[in-house]
Amino acid sequence: MPTVGPRSGDAIFANVDRVNAELFTLTYGAIVCQLLTDLEEVEEVNKQLDQMGYNIGTRLIDEFLAKANISRCVDFKETAEMIAKVGFKMFLGVTASVTNWDVEGTCCNIVLEDNPLVDFVELPDTCQGLYYCNVLCGVIRGALEMVSMKTEVTWVRDVLQGDDSYELQVKLLKQVPEEYPYKDDE
Amino acid sequence: MQFFGGSDVSPSPPAPTAAGHNANVMYMFNRNGVCLFYREWNRPLRTLNPQQDHKLMFGLLFSLKSLTAKMDPTSGDKGNLGVPQLPGQGCSFHSFRTNTYKLSFMESPSGIKIILVTHPRTGDLREALKYIYSLYVEYVAKNPLYNPGTPVRCDLFDTNLDQYVRSIS
Repeated sequence: MPTVGPRSGDAIFANVDRVNAELFTLTYGAIVCQLLTDLEEVEEVNKQLDQMGYNIGTRLIDEFLAKANISRCVDFKETAEMIAKVGFKMFLGVTASVTNWDVEGTCCNIVLEDNPLVDFVELPDTCQGLYYCNVLCGVIRGALEMVSMKTEVTWVRDVLQGDDSYELQVKLLKQVPEEYPYKDDE
Repeated sequence: MQFFGGSDVSPSPPAPTAAGHNANVMYMFNRNGVCLFYREWNRPLRTLNPQQDHKLMFGLLFSLKSLTAKMDPTSGDKGNLGVPQLPGQGCSFHSFRTNTYKLSFMESPSGIKIILVTHPRTGDLREALKYIYSLYVEYVAKNPLYNPGTPVRCDLFDTNLDQYVRSIS
């Protein structure tokens, strides 16, 4: 039986249910505002956004694998390409690209061309240091952990903090292979 | 866990099983060996209690996967048997057949394993298993009340699964 190859991000994006972009942006903005009111400290909010993203990522990975019909990536380079080309496109409609590979192939940067989360957003002076889109870091970290990769994801450049583009750094810490979960004392 | 005697009668293509459903048993495990879902439509013989049965099934598949990967004649890497593997890496087996049943298996890279036991003349169920995986995504993964890593208790998933399995030949 011929196997179907992975589907492209555009094809899937055309087929999924979509929500109004403004609703999405405003909902996310409301979440961040509420977190700032509740937690008051910018660092705490960053951590909380990352944790929320992590929880989303652990569920999102199954949807990604099911819709994109992907089998395991051979190495981290392919994984990063998948995230940028298929993942971001499929879930956010964003075109992203991978740059800046290090020598061992375990660390790269993902540049987002646009970012629907930050439409209409300006950071006030009281919120300097806030990574508004930190949820995206958490999502990537959570999703990759469910496919046995422990990673660290941070923002390198953020337009809301004065840079000219959105750039994430994804660093592979280690691959965690599957172990037999039951103890042998049965 | 749900135990379901297959007693519905519905017109269906010829199947040796007594019930109208075309599948006998279905299991779903996650990467930690937790049995997320178990459903039986037609299972006359039960020898073990459910926990032992699930452990046995999971252990069997874990070992089979390892064995089939290590025996792969096309792969260059000859690791030792028993070395842990990443889910989806290397070659993966998808079914085995005996004279009384066929067991079809699918594992996603995130470690979700779906097992379907059917009558021995069933064709290739890989597409069916992929569809079941997408049902899981729709009704379980996206369900905010579901806690990942715990057994699935979701009526919508059950109904849709039932309906779909009825249509597998």
